[in-house]
Amino acid sequence: MRQEHNNIFAGIDWLLVLIFAALVGFGWLNIYSASRTSEDVELLSFSTKYGKQLIFICATIPLIIIILFFNAKFYEKFSSIFYIISLLSLVGLFVFGKTINGATSWYNFGVLGLQPAEFVKAFTGLAIAKLLSDRQYNFKLIKNQIKAFVIIFTPAFLITLQPDIGSALIYLAFFFVLHREGLTLNYITLGTLVIVLFVFTILFGASWVLVTLFSLMTLFTVYITYKGGNRFLRFNWHKIIGVYAVVTIFILGSEFSYNNIFKQHHRDRFEILLGLKQDNQGIGYNSYQSELTISSGGLNGKGFLKGDLTQGDFVPEQHTDYIFSVIGEEWGFLGSVFVIVLFMIMMYRIIYLAETHTNKFGRIYGYSLVSILFFHVIVNIGMVIGLLPTVGIPLPFFSYGGSSLWGFTILLFIFIRLDAHKNYDW
Amino acid sequence: MHKSFLLYSLITILGVIFIGRLFQLQVIGSESYDPIHNSAVKTVFDYPERGYIYDRNGTLLVANQLSYDVMIQPNQVKPLDTLEFCKLLKIDKEDFIKRYQKADNYAPYLPSVFLKQLAKEDFAFLQEKLHKYHGFFIQKRIIRKYPINAAANVLGYIGEVNEQLAKTNTYYQAGELIGKDGIEKQYEDFLRGSKGKKYFKRNNLNKVTGSFKNGEKDTLAENGKDLTLTLDIQLQQYAQKLMTGKRGGIVAIEPSSGEILALVTAPTYDPNMLVGRKRSRNSAVLMDPDNLEKPTYDRGLKASYPPGSPFKMMNALIGLQEGVITEETPFYCYNGYKYGNRKGEFMGCHCGIFGRPIKLKTAIAKSCNSYFSNTYKRIVEKDNKPSEGLDNWAHHVKSFGLGDYLGYDLPQGSPGLIPTGKYYDDMYRYSWNASTNISNAIGQGEVQTTPIQLANFTAAIANKGFFYTPHILKEVDDKPIDFPNYTEKKRTTIDQEHFEPVIEAMYEVYKTGTGRWNQVKGIEICGKTGTSENYAVVNGERIKLEDHSILVAFAPKDNPKIAIAIFVENGGYGSMVAAPITSLMIEKYLNGEISKATKHRETKMLNISLQSQYDKLIPKTEEEIASGT
Repeated sequence: MRQEHNNIFAGIDWLLVLIFAALVGFGWLNIYSASRTSEDVELLSFSTKYGKQLIFICATIPLIIIILFFNAKFYEKFSSIFYIISLLSLVGLFVFGKTINGATSWYNFGVLGLQPAEFVKAFTGLAIAKLLSDRQYNFKLIKNQIKAFVIIFTPAFLITLQPDIGSALIYLAFFFVLHREGLTLNYITLGTLVIVLFVFTILFGASWVLVTLFSLMTLFTVYITYKGGNRFLRFNWHKIIGVYAVVTIFILGSEFSYNNIFKQHHRDRFEILLGLKQDNQGIGYNSYQSELTISSGGLNGKGFLKGDLTQGDFVPEQHTDYIFSVIGEEWGFLGSVFVIVLFMIMMYRIIYLAETHTNKFGRIYGYSLVSILFFHVIVNIGMVIGLLPTVGIPLPFFSYGGSSLWGFTILLFIFIRLDAHKNYDW
Repeated sequence: MHKSFLLYSLITILGVIFIGRLFQLQVIGSESYDPIHNSAVKTVFDYPERGYIYDRNGTLLVANQLSYDVMIQPNQVKPLDTLEFCKLLKIDKEDFIKRYQKADNYAPYLPSVFLKQLAKEDFAFLQEKLHKYHGFFIQKRIIRKYPINAAANVLGYIGEVNEQLAKTNTYYQAGELIGKDGIEKQYEDFLRGSKGKKYFKRNNLNKVTGSFKNGEKDTLAENGKDLTLTLDIQLQQYAQKLMTGKRGGIVAIEPSSGEILALVTAPTYDPNMLVGRKRSRNSAVLMDPDNLEKPTYDRGLKASYPPGSPFKMMNALIGLQEGVITEETPFYCYNGYKYGNRKGEFMGCHCGIFGRPIKLKTAIAKSCNSYFSNTYKRIVEKDNKPSEGLDNWAHHVKSFGLGDYLGYDLPQGSPGLIPTGKYYDDMYRYSWNASTNISNAIGQGEVQTTPIQLANFTAAIANKGFFYTPHILKEVDDKPIDFPNYTEKKRTTIDQEHFEPVIEAMYEVYKTGTGRWNQVKGIEICGKTGTSENYAVVNGERIKLEDHSILVAFAPKDNPKIAIAIFVENGGYGSMVAAPITSLMIEKYLNGEISKATKHRETKMLNISLQSQYDKLIPKTEEEIASGT
């Protein structure tokens, strides 16, 4: 048994810290470029966006020191309490929250607004790690699966009520964690299938999809029957009919709900993405402008503070959700790829480290971290480069906003702390 | 397979896809990137001058003038002495804050209008001091000017294009001006010209740094075309003057061309009311739906009423054409006409010729109801079924341009109504005959016409069987128009020979009939007076008001120069108000002045006010009802 060091920095993975610093630093430069309004530079000032962000960034240093100060055991022990407190913070929004743009997602403290959803992710990760790492826990049991689902979807549900669909969607990322710990792939396969069928139904219409699918399924059945003999049909006919029925209901149901339950702005976003509709002025304006902005950057970019579209404020919400378009315009293809590669290295590194943990708790938490990061990065950049529909979630470490920055800092540095301790027996 | 494989591979696959997409956008796509539609290229429009409008004699009706807007670009505004600034602009501080915030909400980095259309004196004063206030500047704008206060209904007005159109249309930008009514709307495309475009580079602070590609993509503005109208502004002004204190419409047409000489609606307004800063206040008053005077409602084009007696000529013409009467056919009148056997099925008549044979000429001159009831009955019952007879009748009537939009070049109008067989089949379930709608014989039944339709009808009579669709546009940039719709003759279904007796009869009206007190020495006027009964519901009570007075006329009898239809709300017998006004207009147009002999007529008409009649339409307040006044 090795003894704990008193030095809080001992055993820390400096590569992750370096990538963190690089992302945050580069992020700030882009926020500065997107949000400056005049030639006068006011750093560390609450009157400008970039000034505020710089203050938020400085504040991560004491935050990191506090996180590293506690030992790994502490996080395991108190994970349930953290989780419950974070749920309470979400519930409290309905009483004390401030409504901005129709969503009650904020606590208002004068100059500072806090968005609890950004912090809850980390504590949900701790809670799920605690649950799954229990020696008694057996994932084969449906009862245990449900326990995990409850932990994951309670915060997601509360966030949906705000309503902030984007932040709630992130909780789907935990499926990667569950999969790593033994949940069958069926859930993800089924989910993917549902999404593909839904998109095809909207694109080609229910009747076409039904006809095509029925032909394929019938061909498949005939083939199986041909190979396996009549036994297959005799024993499985009720299942086959069941599949046909479920597929039919699902397809007709998707079309119906798309036309009748979805709101027009949902449909608009969808149709613009699928290319069914061109709209460069209304709803599609953001996507159009951000694609245009990125595209105009070319291979090398126009240079720091020289992106005319960025400087002209042509992309709405550019310092928050659309921050990647600044990179695209001013730093070009090379800069964009650099950022993507940085994120990829960070995620690879976290998986690699998590797999080296002998302790299940640290591994599961590491997977939570990487899954959430992965989801955020994919959904955000996918939206900005026009591959995914418009879902308003920030780019980790980059986007303007204290809550988001601190949330991800906590998420990352708890893992770094756990990781530093992985060789100790605790 | 290791459990970490899924995430590793997903991260790798999506990373590659994203990099591929970025390659597509930035390396391949940046080639096709269109620099002109790039937001970093600023497009500045060069506005052309809107075309002028003249009357048929070259009198300038609509010109342009400069107006000065105070503009603001909020992100450039520096702290200022608001008190002094507000004093300069003659606004209060609250107003200042409101306007500033509106501009700031719109876009802090774009200029927007802070205060519209300064008065000239204010501008001169302000210009000296404005340099002190950063972020404020003055923009010149061209607005309309009307040297002559007349024909507002014809000229229309311009206003800011509505948001809907600005969004869906490729030409107009929000805040630009567009014709909203009258000529300005109808011939917008001629008048506006086309904008020029200049492209500029702009830097990161949105400032223009130079022309884009040395201006090789720039286009020049093309000025609007000048229009000459068919209107005779002197006649128009004179008619408007005569209509003071009355409500109604007058349309005067030159029969040989279909050119509209005057198009009067009363009451009207000064076109200058809808220009400049006072515009919004004035337009609220003018367009107030509770304003019973309805000054923006063009009565000459839209007022749809039963035509009354002038319609008798129509039935005479159809009777002659169908051969059911001749010039010599006699009918008898016994103070009226009994069209059915039941009590009350009797139409009174004031022709005063009791029991003696009445022939066509006399019938028109004396306006005999019985005569035309007989004629109408014969027309409708000529065929086996009344619906076929009526359809045939309607076919003739419509060939005069009645019962549908006439196709003139002004944006207001009303189709009127000419019933067909189907109309009564639906109304009476196929059980009806000529007696059912006998009122059509004297223009009082379901038939409805507008003054411009009646004027056109009169022109067709004057031309003995054809007309040109009435129109208001004469020349574009001094070149006569060549729109086939206005330059091609339209024939009616009535043969030329049948018009002779009708015209003679109309001449008789002015010689010995209802128009005899309104002759003009030296001018042979042909016409026909009429009235249209009307009722109104005021405070829930149906009250009978004085009849509307109607008159159609043309002059001179040979080679007619002017055809007029006039309609005066509650004007009583046609000969009371409508006839003197018509005669005065004809005299003014043909002779250029009013002779001493008829001066008294003019004085009388200028002084007649029907306001006491119109006041009956004003709903009483509850207090007035209670006090019994």
